[in-house]
Amino acid sequence: MSSARYSGVPRWVYVPAAAGALFIVLPLAAMASRVEWGSFWSLITSESSRHALLLSLRTSSMATLLCVVLGVPMALVLARTSFRGQTLLRSLVLLPLVLPPVVGGIALLYTFGRKGLLGETIDVLGLQIAFSTTAVVIAQTFVSLPFLVVSLEGTLRTAGQRYEVVASTLGARPTTVLRRVTLPLVLPGLAAGAVLSFARALGEFGATITFAGSLEGVTRTLPLEIYLQRESDPDAAVALSLVLVVVAVLVIGLVRGTRSDVT
Amino acid sequence: MKRLIGSLAAGLLLATVAACGSSDSSGAEAPTDDATSAAPQPTTITVFAAASLKSSFTEIGAKFEAENEGVTVAFSFAGSSDLVAQIQQGAPADVFASADTANMDKATADDLVEGTPADFATNTLEIATPPDNPAGIDSLDDLADPDATVVLCAAEVPCGAAAAGVEAAAGIDIKPVSEEQSVTDVLNKVVSGEADAGLVYVTDVKAAGDTVLGVTFPESSEVVNTYPIAALSGSEHLDVARAFADFVTGTEGQAILQAAGFAKP
Repeated sequence: MSSARYSGVPRWVYVPAAAGALFIVLPLAAMASRVEWGSFWSLITSESSRHALLLSLRTSSMATLLCVVLGVPMALVLARTSFRGQTLLRSLVLLPLVLPPVVGGIALLYTFGRKGLLGETIDVLGLQIAFSTTAVVIAQTFVSLPFLVVSLEGTLRTAGQRYEVVASTLGARPTTVLRRVTLPLVLPGLAAGAVLSFARALGEFGATITFAGSLEGVTRTLPLEIYLQRESDPDAAVALSLVLVVVAVLVIGLVRGTRSDVT
Repeated sequence: MKRLIGSLAAGLLLATVAACGSSDSSGAEAPTDDATSAAPQPTTITVFAAASLKSSFTEIGAKFEAENEGVTVAFSFAGSSDLVAQIQQGAPADVFASADTANMDKATADDLVEGTPADFATNTLEIATPPDNPAGIDSLDDLADPDATVVLCAAEVPCGAAAAGVEAAAGIDIKPVSEEQSVTDVLNKVVSGEADAGLVYVTDVKAAGDTVLGVTFPESSEVVNTYPIAALSGSEHLDVARAFADFVTGTEGQAILQAAGFAKP
């Protein structure tokens, strides 16, 4: 002990910690061990697989963009202002984080569906949301928006308002302060939040299958394709699962990369 | 590689499980020994049954329990292919009732079935529309109308295979707006009014009551889904499992199934 640097972690803690890590890594390893490597490439490049992957990347990117457009203002309001009912509002905004996605799907159905709250309005506008790619983007945005809001609000609070106050006393208008001071300061946090939202959108399943349906090239994203392939071709399902794991690992790596820039 | 990961993992996980489980290990062993002892011992059998059998099998199970003292029937309802995958992975099931022969064949091929499966019901497709039938669907041909929002099962699941069968029989090509994972998903899309029509089973229309309108079509007789049932060789209560399968194929079981809209095999 005397020679080692004091870490403050009792040795016994390593046992449950290792078991916990194993608990997460083992199922992934078990899945990887079931991959039919001989046919792996042909399985993941089949037409339906490519359609699903491309659709997933396209819709997740759109959803991330929407999350930034809607989430940045939300995070600003939650972090920089205080008003009656703010705590309640914050809890409500975070709800999709803890709701089962299928509940989100049902809620969206009763909002944007043909018989839903906004159904007639949407009909009048000549739009068709049900069973369209738009529905997928809506479902993904619904579940991933809180990720961006939470992480950006945290970054905003940590960054504090010192520079903003200085800028404003020097005569900068609020919009200028936001554009020139606040946003550049929190950019790494914003990037991390956007990447997290993207990852959540990529993995979205329950809300999509409930709200958007499942049709190749239109609404059948990669998780839906995996779920369907499992019915008839388990090897393809395992291969596609591994693709999704690799994409997720890359995304997490990206977040860690942006995080380490902060420190 | 696989074995190495396996043994390493087993060691660590077992160590943890052993540490956690020391307090409650006393009670865990006792009940499983009861299987071999005399008749009045309480027995629970687990029946894995296709999702479409939920209401009729729940009723059959209650009747079976009433006629066999000390027997409890527990059900797990899911898609047939999910169930057979679970049985293949060693899930503790005593009876398997599949919505199609293909999934029962998987279980038979892996020697998981005791004896020969018995066909106990058949089911055919029917068109379901919202009660007001907004798209005016009254034949199978109407489903091919590009203005109708039609939902089908994906070809990978039994109801989708059946839908493809009737399309081929009728010589039409339906362009669905969505290919759902299960027949329940199709029905939900119709009940919620999202879709103008969907192809589901006769029994689904019956169970949905007045939330949907059923439209029968002559081509449905071209594709008949047969439901087989079998006791599973891994069962610890094979006699009870066999008795349940016989009960389903017997008079009382058949009466309940036919009331739900199933036809005789």
